Amino acid sequence: MSNQSVREFKDWLAFIIGGVCVILAMIPLLSILADVVLRGLPALNLEFLTSGPGVIGQPGGGIANSIEGSLILVGLTCLMGVPLGVISGIFLSEFGDNKYGRFIRFLNDVLSEFPSIVVGILAYSFVVLTVGSFSTIAGAIALSIIMMPIVTRATEESLKLVPSSIRDAAAALGIKKWRSTLSVVLSTGRNGVVTGVLLAIARIAGETAPLILTVLGSQLFFSGLTKPVDALPLRIYRLALLPYASAQQQGWGAALVLIAIVLTLNIGVRLATRGRMSSVRS
Amino acid sequence: MGETRRMGQLRRPTSDDIFVIQSGIFASAIIVVLVLTGYVLVSGSVPVWSKFGRGFLTGTTWSPVKEVFGALPYILGTIVTSLIAIAIGVPLSIGVAIFLSEMAPHAIRAAGSGVLGGLIRTMLRILSSGIELLAAVPSVIYGLWGLFVFRFWVLDYVETPLSKYLGSVPVFSGTPFGLDILTAGLILAIMIIPTVSAISREVMTAVPLAQREAAYSIGATRWEVIRISVLGYARSGIFGAAILGLGRAVGETMAVTMVIGNAIGAQAIPSSLFRPGQTMSSLIANEFNEADPTSLHPAALIGVGLVLFMFAITINVLAQLLVWRVLKIKSGSVE
Repeated sequence: MSNQSVREFKDWLAFIIGGVCVILAMIPLLSILADVVLRGLPALNLEFLTSGPGVIGQPGGGIANSIEGSLILVGLTCLMGVPLGVISGIFLSEFGDNKYGRFIRFLNDVLSEFPSIVVGILAYSFVVLTVGSFSTIAGAIALSIIMMPIVTRATEESLKLVPSSIRDAAAALGIKKWRSTLSVVLSTGRNGVVTGVLLAIARIAGETAPLILTVLGSQLFFSGLTKPVDALPLRIYRLALLPYASAQQQGWGAALVLIAIVLTLNIGVRLATRGRMSSVRS
Repeated sequence: MGETRRMGQLRRPTSDDIFVIQSGIFASAIIVVLVLTGYVLVSGSVPVWSKFGRGFLTGTTWSPVKEVFGALPYILGTIVTSLIAIAIGVPLSIGVAIFLSEMAPHAIRAAGSGVLGGLIRTMLRILSSGIELLAAVPSVIYGLWGLFVFRFWVLDYVETPLSKYLGSVPVFSGTPFGLDILTAGLILAIMIIPTVSAISREVMTAVPLAQREAAYSIGATRWEVIRISVLGYARSGIFGAAILGLGRAVGETMAVTMVIGNAIGAQAIPSSLFRPGQTMSSLIANEFNEADPTSLHPAALIGVGLVLFMFAITINVLAQLLVWRVLKIKSGSVE
């Protein structure tokens, strides 16, 4: 009998330890959110959101050029990364049930876990050295390499959820395979693809390391695709390392703006697709 | 592959063939990216390898002025911080995964479908999405939080007591400052929790129900079922999840750069956890913009990038193989 109670005690102990693990894991998230909001909120005002950076070390100025730069970078990245990712995903889902497909899928998983700074070196060597200066386009290329595997995977997974009866129905009507894939299968799985794209945007909007090697950062507003540009995460990094309290507070303010964008995308997607797309990993 | 055989018959390719080939070409972009990355890293670092040879991997001097480069301290820095991350992050993640996927559903069932059950269910959903949201927080924000908040927690509650009672042990020697290898390792531990726990949950759910039922039928408690049937069965997948976490930790840049203290050369050798260090990725992030393009400095940084690339490729391939093996059993049992 005492053996039985020891076993029940162990069972109870394991439950408590598991619960403690969950609580420990939640503390950093709560602390990050609380600190970003509490320290960032005082920095937020109209000037902060609508003007470019002021004199370094003095209060005043804002992050409008960084927000603009981030929006341009994300837009350009989507122009390249989304079509590439979606079409690769279509290939893997519709024609990828063979050795080559499995090989590509494997490389895709490997690339999606790749150190982003290495992608930065790639874009630096090919684009920055070719163009001759740090540039917006180099940053967008680096980010689209990071975005592509995420979109590919999301597209593949959501197209695989489309019932094969829909493909058969299209084939029975004599619709060509490519036509039915694009206008029947893809539009049925559209929600999952959009989810994947939004999560990928949330991921690249916060990427910093490859931007150091590609867009460099700038005090100015966007002035051309081949010129350096600023980005929100890059600005946070630079502001955090400045030894002035006002700059650091602006860093927290910029962090609040960035985290608001990223978490809105994530939570919004989660609420909209609750329970359906649990397999999409960011 | 079907399409190549059809092409071989000298028939005019149909629009469907063209579609398959075109989408295949797009999908092959991934190969191009990986090959180009390898090429760029090798060709960019050739001057360094030809000048220092293997000495680049074993040297500890890093002097852009004298053009002498040795990457050993940064390789060690990456290994040590990642191992700290694994040692702390993985057990915690497995605990999280077990609790959320094995224990919590039981608690819900025990609480019934009344108000209490509903409340517990809502709380668990919030906890589980909260842990997933940890993955969504950009790494630069981890860095900001690490630099201004977490660093002081580590200093006050971990390093000061450790240095007080275990200061004579070499790894805990020196005066704690908060911006050092331990803080970098701990912040990496936090950052890998969502990855490792999500994949561990995935492989645990892949364990066939019959495994659990068999253990229950001989009178095992819930914990015994988890330990014997679930963990035993999912072991290699969880190991893969841990390796994937290791890959994340090895490649992570911004958060580490902001809290590790950025030591250079022999100073960066991780001889104590309380000393400032440097990882391969933080070195590149710190120095790339300041490197004189006419000197060997950029080539040396790209050489460090090549070593990082090799680390990441090896770790990720290994992890994917391990996770795949387990999940394939799952899909096989469903079909």
